Amino acid sequence: MDMAIALILSQDGITNGAIYALLALALVLVFAVTRVIFIQQGEFVAYGALTLAMMQSGVLPATVWLLVAMGALVTVLDGGLALKAGQGRRAAGVAGWNLGYPLALAAVVGGLAVDALPLALQVLLTLAIVVPMGPMMYRLMYQPIASAPVLVLLIVSVALHIAMVGLGLLFFGAEGQRTPAFSEFSLELGPLMVSAQTLWVVAVSVLLIVALYQFFGRTLYGKALRATAINRVGAQLMGISPTLAGKLTFFLAAFIGALSGVLIAPITTIYYDTGFLIGLKGFVAAIIGGLASYPLAAAGALAVGLLEAFASFWASAYKEVIVFTLIIPVLLWRSLTSHHVEEEE
Amino acid sequence: MKLRNTLLAALGLAFAATAAHADIKVGVVLSATGPAASLGIPEKNTIGLLPTTIGGEKVSYIVLDDASDTTTAVKNARKLTVEDGVDVIIGSTTSPASLAMVDVAAETKTPMISMAASARIVAPMDDKKRWVFKTPQNDQQMASAIIGHMSANNVRKVSFIGFANAYGEGWYEQFKKLAEAKGIEVAASERFNPADTSVTGQALKLMSVKPDAVFIAGSGTPAALPQKTLRERGYKGPIYQTHGVANNDFLRICGKDCEGTLLPVGPVQMARSLPDSHPVKASALAYVEKYEAANGAGSVSSFGAYAWDAGVLLEAAVPAALKVAKPGSAEFRAALRDALEGVKEVAGATGIYSMSAEDHLGLDDRSRVMIEIRNGTWSLLK
Repeated sequence: MDMAIALILSQDGITNGAIYALLALALVLVFAVTRVIFIQQGEFVAYGALTLAMMQSGVLPATVWLLVAMGALVTVLDGGLALKAGQGRRAAGVAGWNLGYPLALAAVVGGLAVDALPLALQVLLTLAIVVPMGPMMYRLMYQPIASAPVLVLLIVSVALHIAMVGLGLLFFGAEGQRTPAFSEFSLELGPLMVSAQTLWVVAVSVLLIVALYQFFGRTLYGKALRATAINRVGAQLMGISPTLAGKLTFFLAAFIGALSGVLIAPITTIYYDTGFLIGLKGFVAAIIGGLASYPLAAAGALAVGLLEAFASFWASAYKEVIVFTLIIPVLLWRSLTSHHVEEEE
Repeated sequence: MKLRNTLLAALGLAFAATAAHADIKVGVVLSATGPAASLGIPEKNTIGLLPTTIGGEKVSYIVLDDASDTTTAVKNARKLTVEDGVDVIIGSTTSPASLAMVDVAAETKTPMISMAASARIVAPMDDKKRWVFKTPQNDQQMASAIIGHMSANNVRKVSFIGFANAYGEGWYEQFKKLAEAKGIEVAASERFNPADTSVTGQALKLMSVKPDAVFIAGSGTPAALPQKTLRERGYKGPIYQTHGVANNDFLRICGKDCEGTLLPVGPVQMARSLPDSHPVKASALAYVEKYEAANGAGSVSSFGAYAWDAGVLLEAAVPAALKVAKPGSAEFRAALRDALEGVKEVAGATGIYSMSAEDHLGLDDRSRVMIEIRNGTWSLLK
């Protein structure tokens, strides 16, 4: 191995690490606020990438109909509750957001020639379709069992993961998709060939991390989420709705997932089931951060990305083994250095 | 809908049990969903085109999906043999599932025709595998085509990259053996996972030995990733792929980076461009035209042809078995097995089948041709 190869591998590792970092942050966030292990994170990556790919091939993405269906369910549940309480205006609001919005979106995406739109608009539409599924999913699946033990929440996540992979196959087909790069520009730095897409990935990741940092540090909603993460009951006593916190968290997680998908779709081929492995690597990184520390999770993600790149050069047959074995010493170290706290029932 | 029809048909059969003679029942296990779906779906489409009467007897097909899962495949095979009492099983799509189904076929003494590629499904021949046949070419036939092309073009040193699973390993073994016999050095050997999002490390390693050619042993669209990465990193030499990539999705994903790719395929892929003198042209074209009439122009792939050839074999073997016994009996199944083993010079879409007690595949070099990707489409190498 010479310097050039090491540089290229590092570049590759950092690009992948940036995506893992985003996913790890979302995983930590969701777990801290709602105690849900968000296994479906990876599916949001695949849904984001494949929805964009479908738009570009001029097909109406089937994810729109999933959004409409989920919205209709939420409307029935929440609208029904509001009507029973005699709050007609609230029921109308619920219906507007959960039914009106998806239908309007379906009309826009179906009515426009989406494959002719500029890429930026397509990305926006993709996010507009995929991201609202996050809070709706929280409302439908997790809110009714919000106080259940972590294990129950985990089982629900596994079920949702399997359902989303199955729906992904139905929506997008068995074959992979690639989208064109955001721009064809590329930079030559000595032996390195830095494509614009790599720069996009790293830049967006860094920007998003900074934005999240600001959001949690400076805004009321961010502080509310942090408060819920630290002490759920305490936060509730201070008037922070755990439902709102849950929905907001899932919104952020779905946003991060879908955006990651859009970012990596030009670099690699995405299949309906690709998300799981990407999500798992984000999970390894989140574990390095103890599912609690954001900076440690981000550092862990970078380590996973670099380890993966170098392992694929030295011992490609054992790459995944090496990456996932990393979790064992980390768990050992964590269990030795931290006190075990029983989960309160 | 399909399921309901199958159920209704099964119910109908149960009530018609008193009818004078039973139909020939063919149980089909394939992977219509799951990771192998892109292979299983054309197979499923083809089952609908198989003959509905053979030798004057009606043939009914019971199709079950194994979701690309080995356990489900075995469960389905058991259900078909025990509950439905089928006379023959076609399936499954993948090699691991087919290998696992061998036991069920042998135990219930039901002939089985696999649509999966691994040579181990029918070799080495033993007491269990004498019930098992298969239609796709062995890796060895495909590998010898690649090696032949390499040595004709003065390739002395090759880099190999394959899937980190049975497909890649199987190819590596075959390829290395044949390459060394021809004096071609396999200088680098790397692995990658179908779900990998980056193979930069492997690509650099492949290029670092300065090979005359690179051989990628992967199937479907995931095999495009190493090729794209190699071209991105500036590798200019020839790239060989396996017949596992011979579908149009691969062309769509790989785009201009796949110009000049060399690969062996079954004749069905190139049916229209084959010279008229080619022994498989007529039988391959017959399948292509029938499939495309039902599923649209350009929809045909070699995977469906494996299912088709299972039908061709049955068509050739069933009349002989009917002379011995009535369908639905153990005697008929045994006679069908013997008849399948005795098939000689039967032209399918994949090649010419001539079975023997030792060879339950029966294909030879007429079962593949070398092709090149030129101007974004497949073209036959002369």
